[in-house]
Amino acid sequence: MMKNYGQRYTYAMLFWLTVFFVFPFLIILVGSFLKKGLYGGFEFEFSLAAYTSLFSGTMKKVTLNTLFVSVATTVLTVAMAIPSAYYIARSPHKEKLLFLVIIPFWTNFLIRIFAWIAILGNNGLVNSFLISLGVFNAPVQLLYNRWAIILIMIYTSLPFAILPLYAIIEKFDFSLLEAARDLGATKWQSVYKILIPLIIPGITTAVLFTFIPAFGNFAIPDIVGGNDIRMLGNIINEKLKTARNWPAASSISMVLTLISVFMVLMFNRITASRDSQQKTET
Amino acid sequence: MKKSLSPSTEKHRVSLAFFILTMVFFYAPLVILIIFSFNEGRSMNFTGFSFKWYKELFFNSSKLWGSFSNTLIIALISALVSTVIGTLGAIGIYWYHFKMKKYLEVISYLPIILPEIIIGVSMLMFFAGIGLPLGLFTIIIAHITFNIPYVLFIVMARLAEFDYTVIEAAYDLGATEMDALRKVIIPMCMPGILSGFLIAVTLSIDDFVITFFVTGPGASTLPLHIYSMLRFGLSPVINSLSVILIAGSLLMAFTSRRLFRYMFK
Repeated sequence: MMKNYGQRYTYAMLFWLTVFFVFPFLIILVGSFLKKGLYGGFEFEFSLAAYTSLFSGTMKKVTLNTLFVSVATTVLTVAMAIPSAYYIARSPHKEKLLFLVIIPFWTNFLIRIFAWIAILGNNGLVNSFLISLGVFNAPVQLLYNRWAIILIMIYTSLPFAILPLYAIIEKFDFSLLEAARDLGATKWQSVYKILIPLIIPGITTAVLFTFIPAFGNFAIPDIVGGNDIRMLGNIINEKLKTARNWPAASSISMVLTLISVFMVLMFNRITASRDSQQKTET
Repeated sequence: MKKSLSPSTEKHRVSLAFFILTMVFFYAPLVILIIFSFNEGRSMNFTGFSFKWYKELFFNSSKLWGSFSNTLIIALISALVSTVIGTLGAIGIYWYHFKMKKYLEVISYLPIILPEIIIGVSMLMFFAGIGLPLGLFTIIIAHITFNIPYVLFIVMARLAEFDYTVIEAAYDLGATEMDALRKVIIPMCMPGILSGFLIAVTLSIDDFVITFFVTGPGASTLPLHIYSMLRFGLSPVINSLSVILIAGSLLMAFTSRRLFRYMFK
């Protein structure tokens, strides 16, 4: 019988992730229950101030805004991703089309944001065009609002939603749709009652891949959001760097963490219960 | 028969429309960037064809190239280290059972599902706590940390395609642990290791959020540089830079695809 060397292989990873991921994470966990230090940092005294401050008026507004943006982004992204993924899965040129989907995501993230500033900015393409046509005299503010954030978030997350949906639709038995039509279902019914229920695991993955990065986003609202449209990520940054209130930054981080973990666990359960359901049915 | 075929072609039409919409949505902004990088003027009114902003980019942007070389150094070092750590970790987790396994699985899963800002903020506090000055070194540590889980999962996916009996056969034929690792396991995982490495390089080059938090004075990377260009005064140089980066990523996407086909098929 061979010796169990397995654990040795993992020593480096165990060390690295414990020191540089778990310890830092414990700092925000513990720090969120501490008092704020005078010049940043923490004071080692128990306090719930960081959590009670989450219920202030501004924080409520920011939280609602964050929810609105991330839910809208997720719904629109997945709604666009399902038909696109379906088309790729049924195409004879699957590999090439998939490649076309992946290319934009190889392009630098900030450049993709910039592309939209070039289009929608005050000196951007749309404004230049409308002004030269004489529709407007002065540029119209198209950026720095919720919908600009949502648009750009859809742009950056769409490939991540298409890929898991493609992976599951590709395995789907398309003759089921034809069978449904033969039995008198309308086109919409065959999609809604047959296709959608059978690709739920792909949809949940796409929702996770879209919702979590949107909910915890910092860069997009920082660049194309305005003062009125801040998200939780922006507040973390402000608390950390401007207000020097580390406990507050930590407590908001803990909220983001809990919501992300909760979503993942919930979706795991949905997928697991569906799997067991299908097993008992067959 | 004809009747059952027609609805499926109809269905394709709707999904085709969405697919085309998606493609236009994906590529129109990039095409517009490419066109306007050759614009003579500063605005988004096309006033004349010119290479002005490319000249500016190549001959008059030393700071930008400084951040670019930082980005490459960070990407290569962090991808190398995370590939070694992640590959060994994958071999250990996939094939063996031991006490800390559950813990390892959880801590390698979490960095992927948590929003990036959590990693950035917690590492910033950690570095401040141990008194490590922020700079290139802290950026490299952070990049290795977020890259390890990706390498781990990619190599594990590769391992899933193999039978453990191959390795048992190697032991039966007298291989030592080292032999098995060097001559059987590593070569077997090579496609996974390589794609893990490439993903790590890509993620590192692209990372903005985590780098933003753990960077210090003087340590700029290309994404940080682009960010400051976006926040504090847009220069058309960013157009020409975008085109170079788009071309670079296309080249990388194509060569890696070719490379994989050539090496593993």
